[in-house]
Amino acid sequence: MTKDTVSATGGATTAAETQWDLWEVFTQEGEGAPHEHAGSVHATTPEHAMQNARDVYARRGKIVSLWVVPSGAIIASAPSDSGPFFDPGNDKAYRHPQFYKTPRGVRGL
Amino acid sequence: MTDQKSPAPAPAAGTADDAARVAEFEARIARGESIEPKDWMPERYRKQLVRMMSQHAHSEIVGMLPEGNWITRAPSLRRKMVLLAKVQDEAGHGLYIYCGTETLGVGREELVDQLLTGKAKYSSIFNYPTLTWADIGVIGWFVDGAAIVNQTMLAKASFGPYARAMVRICKEENFHKKQGYESVATLANGTPEQHAMVQDAVNRWWWPSLMMFGPSDKDSPNSAELIRWRVKRDTNDTLRQRFVDLTVPQARAVNLTLPDPDLRFDEESQQWEFGQIDWKEVYEVISGNGPCNRERLAARRKAHEDGAWVREAAEAYAAKRNVVSAA
Repeated sequence: MTKDTVSATGGATTAAETQWDLWEVFTQEGEGAPHEHAGSVHATTPEHAMQNARDVYARRGKIVSLWVVPSGAIIASAPSDSGPFFDPGNDKAYRHPQFYKTPRGVRGL
Repeated sequence: MTDQKSPAPAPAAGTADDAARVAEFEARIARGESIEPKDWMPERYRKQLVRMMSQHAHSEIVGMLPEGNWITRAPSLRRKMVLLAKVQDEAGHGLYIYCGTETLGVGREELVDQLLTGKAKYSSIFNYPTLTWADIGVIGWFVDGAAIVNQTMLAKASFGPYARAMVRICKEENFHKKQGYESVATLANGTPEQHAMVQDAVNRWWWPSLMMFGPSDKDSPNSAELIRWRVKRDTNDTLRQRFVDLTVPQARAVNLTLPDPDLRFDEESQQWEFGQIDWKEVYEVISGNGPCNRERLAARRKAHEDGAWVREAAEAYAAKRNVVSAA
């Protein structure tokens, strides 16, 4: 993986040398909700990234929390090895409740 | 530019588009799968997306100019707040889409540079002038209305980052259209002078709005390919018809006429038939000879140059901070 030229989400950070660093933005829509990737912003400092993220991704709505992460800090799985990489999760049917037989008439399991 | 961001095993430049990979890619599209930035894609698909997305992003940015022109002259504080919020949204929409093009390995700065040097295209609608306050309402109603028809389709585009940006934009764009129509309805129900002013704006913006959907299907070189790759789902003419069918009843509801003597409802197709678009005008505006092409670019360049000190200050602050934290 070419971490210095490409962000986890694919963004180019070296397209122009004068371009500010790329930060990935995650927003939480409402308390208790997960943080979800919203997009990215360019910024010079973490505070700057946070302000830009607010202006671009939280102009309205229920955003209660923001994360900004330097794009280069995200390590992503590659599409090419997604098959073998996720295999261990697919071949163990016994991890699912449907795998198990229950005697007829028994409830609440 | 783009080879460096292909996933391992890295294809050698030039051999990437081998038939097997294209077949697998098209099978994924046919299954309705979403293509993500690090997935393999034909170079042509990437190029078409960069072209479409960058033109779209530029249109959002240039689109701020005709409306920004009226912020200081909005007739009430309410309308002024609304217009400020709308123009700010347009900046945000431009940034969402630039962020999408960056996932394809094209930097925002590179694209902005293409816009400022006049190399890039943007929607020709923004090369028409906003002559009266009524234009602002009509733009929200027609131009944002047309954009919603287009973007609702693009929200199902096969390229994930583009589709996600469109979903985000569509959620916000409905406010743009409704505020415009409210403003139009207010003027249409106002004094005779106000009604005449808004009718005049409708007369000037109707045809350019229909032109926003691009050339007719028979002259649209990119359509077939874009539909095959599910970047688009409908043709230009289909989208244009959808917009006309939505808009005609809205005009009638507020006693405004549309400047087309051939406009008539076809009972058989249940659609509004409309007259011939002046394609000569379309190509004139696209090739840079619209009423405001030069003015728009000059305004964009001035804004970019006037903002230079802000960018420099941000960089100076970051540099100073790094020195302090290193000490």
